[in-house]
Formats: sequence, structure tokens, C-alpha cells
Amino acid sequence: MNVTVMDRAPEVSTQSQLGFVDCDVHPYVKSGADLDPFLSERWRKHRQMIGGRARQALSNSPQYFRLSPGTGMRRDAWPPGGGHPGSDLDFMREQVLDKFGVTHGMMLPLIGRCSDERNVEFGAALCTAVNDWQAHVWSDPEPRLKGSVQVTAEYPEAAIAEIERRAGDRRFSQVMIPPRGLEPLGRRRYWPILEAAAANGFPIALHLGGTSGHASTGGGWPSFYHEEHHSYVQSMEALVTSLVIEGVFERIPNLRVVLVEGGFAWMPSLCWRLDKHWKRLREEVPHLKRLPSEYVRENIWVTTQPIEEPERPEDLLQTFEWIGWDRIMFSTDYPHWDQDDPRFAIKVPLPEEFRRKLFRDNAMSLYGLA
Amino acid sequence: MPVPAPGAIDCDVHVALPGTHVLVPYLDDYWREHILTRGLDRDNLDIGAYPPGSPLSARPDWRPAKGNPGTDLALLQSQLLDRVGTQYAILNCLHGAQVIFGEDLSAALCRAINDWIAAEWLDRDPRLRASIVIPMHSPELSAAEIERVAPDRRFVQVVMLVMGELPLGRRQHWPIYQAAERHGFAIGVHAGSSYRHAPTSLGWPSYYLEDYVAQSSGFAGALNSLVTEGVFVQFPRLKVVLMESGVSWLPNYMWRATKTWRAARIEVPWNKRSPAELVREHVRLTTQPFDAPSAAEVARIVAEIGSDEVLLHSTDFPHWQFDGEDAVPEGIPEALMRKILVDNPLQTYPRLS
Amino acid sequence: MARHVVASLGEIAPGDCKIVTVQGREIGVFNVGGEHFALINRCPHEGAPLCRGVLVGLAESDRPGQFRLVRQGEMLRCPWHGWEFDIRTGQSWCDPDSVRARSYAVTVEPGETLAKGPFVAETVPVSVEREYVVVEV
Repeated sequence: MNVTVMDRAPEVSTQSQLGFVDCDVHPYVKSGADLDPFLSERWRKHRQMIGGRARQALSNSPQYFRLSPGTGMRRDAWPPGGGHPGSDLDFMREQVLDKFGVTHGMMLPLIGRCSDERNVEFGAALCTAVNDWQAHVWSDPEPRLKGSVQVTAEYPEAAIAEIERRAGDRRFSQVMIPPRGLEPLGRRRYWPILEAAAANGFPIALHLGGTSGHASTGGGWPSFYHEEHHSYVQSMEALVTSLVIEGVFERIPNLRVVLVEGGFAWMPSLCWRLDKHWKRLREEVPHLKRLPSEYVRENIWVTTQPIEEPERPEDLLQTFEWIGWDRIMFSTDYPHWDQDDPRFAIKVPLPEEFRRKLFRDNAMSLYGLA
Repeated sequence: MPVPAPGAIDCDVHVALPGTHVLVPYLDDYWREHILTRGLDRDNLDIGAYPPGSPLSARPDWRPAKGNPGTDLALLQSQLLDRVGTQYAILNCLHGAQVIFGEDLSAALCRAINDWIAAEWLDRDPRLRASIVIPMHSPELSAAEIERVAPDRRFVQVVMLVMGELPLGRRQHWPIYQAAERHGFAIGVHAGSSYRHAPTSLGWPSYYLEDYVAQSSGFAGALNSLVTEGVFVQFPRLKVVLMESGVSWLPNYMWRATKTWRAARIEVPWNKRSPAELVREHVRLTTQPFDAPSAAEVARIVAEIGSDEVLLHSTDFPHWQFDGEDAVPEGIPEALMRKILVDNPLQTYPRLS
Repeated sequence: MARHVVASLGEIAPGDCKIVTVQGREIGVFNVGGEHFALINRCPHEGAPLCRGVLVGLAESDRPGQFRLVRQGEMLRCPWHGWEFDIRTGQSWCDPDSVRARSYAVTVEPGETLAKGPFVAETVPVSVEREYVVVEV
């Protein structure tokens, strides 16, 4: 009988010595009013009077309730001094940044619902506010934390202006667009935003969550969070399919895309499927000059969380290998319930060279960190 | 590789209506007049899943001289059944009747299709078996149709589209599963959508290729619904066959769904066993297409699935999934061959025996 | 094996947990309806501080739509990924044969007995008039 009891000492030293780049950390506000200092009088008033309006019934909760309070937070992540998990810098240092020797933490704020606000002018104002908030409240006091430029994809002019405003600001590392949009992100209407990101040297981070009104599966709305959590995989598959098949990487070859919070073990079979059926149907998409998987290999990076746990742990290695050791970056997803601990998440020994790439080098080189 | 010996059971073969007009003799007086006066007999009510001219929809040598792919019995016999020595071939008909909004018209056309399949195909070749076509968005009428057709043992399965109005596990569908289980029908879930929803959670893609690729994701979503809603707890004898799903997505589904179940099982406490175990016991997948680049990957996927009972042989005739005689994906272990070709289908479809 | 006095009886209220460090390892000592149990404060899955999770009942069902809660307060749900562990045995619910949290024998003993030793009581002063929770590590 193979009994798993975790009695070994945590390998704290490994990551600390490497210098670990965490590609998914979520800062939170203590309350919605935290954004007020960064909003104009008009939008402060609007926020109080109307508030956010997304494309779903519940205005303040996700449609799929999480399993722990605070929309699915780690139960031990509530700061001792009060406030929401992820809202207290010192406690974040204690639980992640210092604990794991993080040299750079990529912030992916999930607040304000700025990007899928239906009133796009309000959405754009919220995006700007969240960006200022990241810079002033987080990156300035803690330069290890790097911001993600929030934009609203349904207001391209504002999105592009926001990208240009943050270009060259070392407090920001990437542009963040919610992948569940009104239309698949590879469609032409979004190309100007993608072009602006690439032109200004920003990778695009695509982090799953929420809804923009389309059912989470092609067959309709599931009943359970059990299903919703899994549907992120299918959303990621649709996202990669759209970006590749619509020809985004032919049009913008220097666009770099980072997939966050969707796992990664689905990638090989998706690429096999894309390649196989592209060969049969390539006349429909003559704008593609190469195998779909070649665009993926060149232009797309994946982050690990929530890490897949194969029944035979070594199957994970083949998955890594197929995706490419240089395209995978570790992410904790702190402080969410399903976050991964860099010391224990991977249940199979990794070659030292890959450990270094996974925990540090790939992200350092993608984001141009030093 | 070619099917190694005669006697294989082909679990996914497509037939198509030459046009809705062929159903006219199989309609009752009311619906015959209704359809003729509206001119619906002049439409082919193509379901859109396989544009007839698309290379995927018919292999060049399986394409009839005239008419749509899948409409010619003689071609099916000469190109497939005789050549391979097929023991049984299970026919699936995908037609717009399955997705018409009005439940009664949808049901009337489905009844006519089933009678047409019996008369025009099953009566003319003893090797043929078929799936019952149902108005799946109307579970009561679907169950009634299953009851009506059940005495004809040549129907061995009920076919549903993988993407309909509601995820397949939702309780509204249960009258269908109850009737199927009672009569020993497998539930065959086939690629295709009624397009009540965008094919992806991101919205509507531009290209047919994207839609086709998205079918695999649709299967994962549908399977997850069947598992979480407890269909296999409620109907312990039910087998679900995923047809034309691509196969290689399954191991990741099993890993990921089992991981989520460990956290979220309190939502669905009826599932005492993991999704991976439920899949191995209740879910079967047809082998074409098998989305993997080489024999090594096929072998790896089969090993990761972790059961020799999950796969069922199919050609997906006349869809163009392979060339020549190579209906069996390279990499399937020799030891599994007989199970996939014969034993597993016989176990999955009790009405074949 | 040594016996460690970790709390005086009554110090841990029903439904509560006291996390103690014994021989360098953190152990959560629980009071479930007057009975005491001890589990290591580390989840076998990804090393979470397991004993910071919640004590819940065991959700059971025979078929979809039916729910019942049994063994109230006897399952410890991990604060991270929500895996459930039997407070009595440390066995995980999802994979009881191969995933479990280390559990330790707990007894309640009168101070009088403990005074005769051998036992270890670095942090809990023992008086002969009272009773104590003792963990064997």
C-alpha cells in the first residue's frame, strides 16, 4: 500500500536560492471605495449610484458560488489585521513573497470588474483606476510586484490609450484582457488592441474567470461550480483555437500570449486536434502558413496553476516536454483556494535545468526582468 | 492499420437523407399536409455540422457520384462493409429535425426518419444497426419515441447531439435516459450542436475549422455534466458512447475532473467515486478520429485512459478521418484489438446480441 | 514515542483546535463533542496548514437530489483545496487507502498520574488536581 503522509521537511531552500517568479498573484481591495481616489467625481458618483453591471444576474457574486468564503479564498489567507485575502501587503509578503523567495510577482487584479463592465466608458475609467491602484498601492511600496495593464476590449480606443499610457513604466509587465469576451479574442475587431500591446512590448495575459454572457459550455449553463471550474479548460482551448486559426499570429508575429489559471495538460491534445483537422480543412483558412501547433509553440506561454494531477504522476513530464520546457511558468494563484504551493505541487522529480526555467528563467526572459 | 480480421463492429457510420422529401411517405396525414403546404419537403434541413462539400464530410473515394455523402447504400456496402468484412455497422443520422424549435414538428420528423432508416437501410442489409433519432429538447416526446421504436431490435442506441439546449446531465433529460436504460439502449452522444448557445464560452468563432475543433471541448463539458449531475448513479446500467469526439482529450478530462471532484464533491455527494472511475465504468468512445500525431501518442493516451473497455471501433464513414484501409489508429496495443473491434461493442450494446 | 502534555482539559472548547509544536512538528489538537483528536498540521496533498481548515460533517447521498449530513464535526476540510480528512483516523475521504494525514493518539489523564511520569510538558504546567490532554508522538 502506498500511503502518502507529508512528513518531509518543506524544501524552502530550493526556490529561495533560485529566485522564484510567481506568474499569478491576486491583490484585492479592502472595499470598493479603495478605488475612489483613482476615479473622477463623475465615476465615483456613478459607482455609488448604479455600480457595476456585468452580463449576468447576480450583481455582487459570481454565478457559480465557490466553496470557501470571499469568492473562493484560501481559508488561512484572511489577514490577521482584517480585510480581504490579498489586500494586506505585509501578509502577502509573509505568505508568498518572502516565504518562497519571490523576486517578481505578477499581479493579476480581479477587482472592480473593470474589463467586462457593460458601460464601456465606466469600464475604461475603472481600468485606469485599477492600474493606478496597482502602481501606487502595490508596486511603489513593493517593487517585486509587477502590474498588469487592465483594458476593456469593447472600447478599443480607450484600451489602446491605456496601453500607451503604461508603456515604458517598469511597474507594469503585461496587458490583461478577460478571455471570456463578447466574441473570441482572435476576431478582427480585437486586433488593434493586440497590436498595441505587441507594439509596446507587453505580453498579453489571459486569465480565466467570470462570464460575458455566453454559457460556460457549448451545450449550455452547467449547474455546479464543479463544472464551471473545469470549463476553464474548454475556454482556454477555445481561446488558443481562436488566436491561432483567425490568424492573429500571422498578423502580429511578435505578439506573446500568457495563459493564466487554466492549467496546461490540455494543450498537447488540442494542438494535435488543431493540426490534424487543419490539414483537412486548410483551404478554408489560407491565411495560415504553418501548422497551428507551430504558432502555439512560438507565441504562447502557459502558467501551471491549477496544476494537473495525473493518476500516474510521471505523465506530467511528457506533457511538459510536449509543450516545451521554455514555455511553462510556475504560478501560485495566491490567495485562491486552488492555489499551488511551489514546493509540493509537482509530484514528480524535475530535471534541475527545467526547475530553473519553470520557476524563474522563462518568466525572466518573457517579461524582460532583471 | 487496417482492421485485422473480418467481424468488426463499426460503431459510427453516417447516413444522410437525400432530402426531406424522402420522409413524406413516413408522415401521418396531418404532418404530411403540414410539411407539403409549407414546402419543407423542398428543403434538406441540413444540420450544418458537416457542410456537404467540405473535405472532412466525405473521403474523395467515398463521395457518391451524385447527391450528398452518406446517401448511397451501395457505396457503403462496396466501399466499407464488404471490403472490411464488417459484422455490424451502427448508423447515425444527423438531421435538422433534431434541432427544430417546435417540439411537435421536431418529433414528427424524427419519427419519420427512424421509420425511413428501418425501411431504406436496415431492411436492405442485415449487417446494419441504427441509432434512434429524437427531439432531444423534448424529453417526454423523446422517451415516447424510444418506447415506440424499442420493439425493433435493430435499433441499439439513442443518438443525441453533444451540444443542445441544456448540458446533457441536467435532470430535464432524464426521461430519455430512463427509457434508454429500460430497453437496453446505449446513449450515443455525437459531435454536433443545435447552436442554442455559442459553441464556445468565448462566443462565436469565424471558421468551420474552429467549430469542428471545439467539438472536443463540447464533449468534455457534456461529459462533465453527465458525471456531476449523477446520471450514472441514477441510471447504473446506462452506457454513454461519445462518438467522433477525438479521444485524446479524455485523460486530461479525467485528471482535471477528479481533482476538482476532491474539492467540490460536497456539491454532488451522490458521486462516491471519482469522475475517472465513473468514466471507465460507464463511458465509451469511438476511435475515429483519434487526435494524436503518431503511434507513440496513441499508445500513451490508451494507457492513460487506463481501461481496456473504453474504446469502440469506428470508421466514421464517410467522413474523411483516415486514408486507405487504415481505420484502426496506429499505436493501439495488439492485446486490445479484439476488445475494441468486437467485445467492447457487444458489451456496450446489449441489443446487438 | 513520548507522551506530551499539550493542554489542560477544558482548554480546547468543543469544535475548537489548538495547534501545538511537539518535537519540531506542528500538531492540531481538536475537541469534537468532548473527544480529543490530533492530526499533523500539514495536508498530504500540497502541505497546507491542514488544522486551520474547518470541521464539518460528512455529506452523503444515495442518489441525485438527496442529501444528508452525518458524523457532524468529524471531518476536517483542508483550508486550501478542500480535501476532507476523518478526524478520527486522518484518512482522506477521496482516497482513504493511500492519502491520509498523520494522526496521533490522544488521551486525557489526571495530573496525579502524570506527576509520576514519564511525560513531557514544556509549556503546560501540570497540577495534580486537574486533568490534561496528552498526545503521543
